[in-house]
Amino acid sequence: MDLLAQYVMNGVMLGLMYALVALGFTLFFGVLNVIQFAHGDVLTAGAFAGLAGYAVAVHAGVEAALPQLLTVALAATLSMALLGAVLGRALVLPLKGAPALNVLLATLMGGTALRECIRLFYPGGSQPQRFPALLPSASWSLGRFTVRLDNLLMLATGVGLILGLSLVLQRTRLGLAIRAVAQDEETARTMGIDFRRVVLLTFAVGSALAAFAGVMNGLYYNEVNFGSGLLLGVIGFSAAVLGGLGNLSGALLGGFLFAGLQTLGAVAMPFASAYKDVFAFGMVILLLAWRPTGLIGERLGERV
Amino acid sequence: MSDAPAWLRSALAALTLAAPSGLLLYGFLSAELEGRVGLVLAAGALAVAGAWRTGWLGRLVRMAGERALVTAFTLLAGGLVAVFHDDPFVLLLMARAFIVLVACLGLHVQLADAGVPNFAGAAFFGVGGYTAAMLGRGALPHPLVLLAGGAVAAAAGSLLLLPLLRTRGHYAALITIAFGLLFRTFFEVNESLGGPQGLKLAGLEILGFRFNDDRRVLGVEVSGYAGYCLAAVAMVLLALVLVRRLERSWLGLALDAVRLDETAAACFGIEVARWKIAAFTLGNALIGVAGGLSAMMVGFIAPNNFSFQESLVLVSILLLGGLGNVAGLAVASLIVVWLPEKLQPIQEFRYLLFAALVVMVLVLRPTGLVPRALRRPFGSPAA
Repeated sequence: MDLLAQYVMNGVMLGLMYALVALGFTLFFGVLNVIQFAHGDVLTAGAFAGLAGYAVAVHAGVEAALPQLLTVALAATLSMALLGAVLGRALVLPLKGAPALNVLLATLMGGTALRECIRLFYPGGSQPQRFPALLPSASWSLGRFTVRLDNLLMLATGVGLILGLSLVLQRTRLGLAIRAVAQDEETARTMGIDFRRVVLLTFAVGSALAAFAGVMNGLYYNEVNFGSGLLLGVIGFSAAVLGGLGNLSGALLGGFLFAGLQTLGAVAMPFASAYKDVFAFGMVILLLAWRPTGLIGERLGERV
Repeated sequence: MSDAPAWLRSALAALTLAAPSGLLLYGFLSAELEGRVGLVLAAGALAVAGAWRTGWLGRLVRMAGERALVTAFTLLAGGLVAVFHDDPFVLLLMARAFIVLVACLGLHVQLADAGVPNFAGAAFFGVGGYTAAMLGRGALPHPLVLLAGGAVAAAAGSLLLLPLLRTRGHYAALITIAFGLLFRTFFEVNESLGGPQGLKLAGLEILGFRFNDDRRVLGVEVSGYAGYCLAAVAMVLLALVLVRRLERSWLGLALDAVRLDETAAACFGIEVARWKIAAFTLGNALIGVAGGLSAMMVGFIAPNNFSFQESLVLVSILLLGGLGNVAGLAVASLIVVWLPEKLQPIQEFRYLLFAALVVMVLVLRPTGLVPRALRRPFGSPAA
């Protein structure tokens, strides 16, 4: 029982990370109908930006953990918000109207470039980098089940971010504009919404979420690697697609579902836990065969 | 020249195209120092751009016609093999480019003809390679082993048929991406297939002719890779003839219709699912055969050789060359395979440069280097 609880806890942490990435994918898809596949590498870049922020803070003589943590979080999210907007401006907007495949490939390659930049130009970037443990490390044990305070804090912050995002989308003028653009670009334009600005802001917001997921990933594993973004990106994309692209609750559902599948794969096949990704991706394919537009998918009639 | 017989004109045009390209390729392949590589590249780019701008390139290509061009390509490849007969590195490079071209022709049938996305090209390539590794040890003749590689790759692809037929666009793309990752992880953790270390392969052997051995032909030392290179050229020719025949036939018309508008195609009685299945399966078979030959040539196969990155490289070649254009495909696979190897000093930066190059092409020239040629209506004059 306690072991099961441990699995559930790990699954929830992973699910939150995946959901944060998936939210970005689904936001971008909502406003522009494109897949921004550099998203996973934005996540890695966010983690590395946070690491750089930490180095600067240490260099400047900041000793306490809280200011350090704030520096890391701010450095990661702000720089990635900027980078996300730049990527949107340079890679995605110019390709508006091009075949979907072109955008997919352009952003994938943009992500590759980003990843290679980290590997080549970040000091020691080709090796896994140790991520400082900035959160309090208290923990409570219940048999073999351990709750760690740092995990709870991350969980709370992540959930808070998601709630904040949905509040922004539902209650603010920016959120209204984003939803309007997502629903119908042309009508939104005629209503006086600055399309470019909304798109770029959406890219900034989504990328900041990815940066947060990157920092979370670093704090959770105490390590960041230049290549880890690729798999996380694909998983986030799978989660977004599984839930149904352009649907926020779908992204959340997809993220936790994918983590659940991975955990299930590891629990159900303890003799072969290495196969957990095989199992999870196989299930994704099966689920899509069952619901071709995602679980909470858009239902489109076809107009000829 | 206008009153010369048609075959002479086409032969002359093909020769005019082949001679400078042969010279350029020779210069590029034999260049050792970065300076010379750069010089040859600049000269090549200038020549191509000049020929393009003045319209000569298009005119010559049209005048030569497809058959003469394919013949010229064969002669050119054969000539280069003869010239570099004792240089294993260059021969290996050439063979790899040709094998990649075959795999890309498979992708071309799927993506450019039928519009079925496949982001797991490297996985199917690997399936062919692993099949060759498992069957190559047995008594089965090696040409059959290669075909079996194609068959197994096609069979593996058939696992994806149902999900692929039910989904579209990004959803379909995700299915192939997930499959590629799944397959790679599977090979990595599966101990009976060598795990992450991979498997060793026996070299190709046809009718007692062992491709791995260096030998003396007419008193000249010939590297073993020359045989592989010729085998790869033969494979390119077979695939090329197959794909072009397919495209020019009514089958190709049906595939075009499916790609351009599924609903309209269905309205005209074209069975969309059948053509998608046919294209996907044929494409995977081609990729698998290419993978088998590649694995036999290298003598070694490991999961790392068919990562998601490699699948991306294959799709990039398609888009770089210009989706739907076989000539562009050939040029793009040469560029993508050779350039990083020849620019040794930038080895470290090659993925970065490659990614930047693809992004630039996609943003500045979305149709690729050579855009898709329009299908000529029946009965219209050639050119």
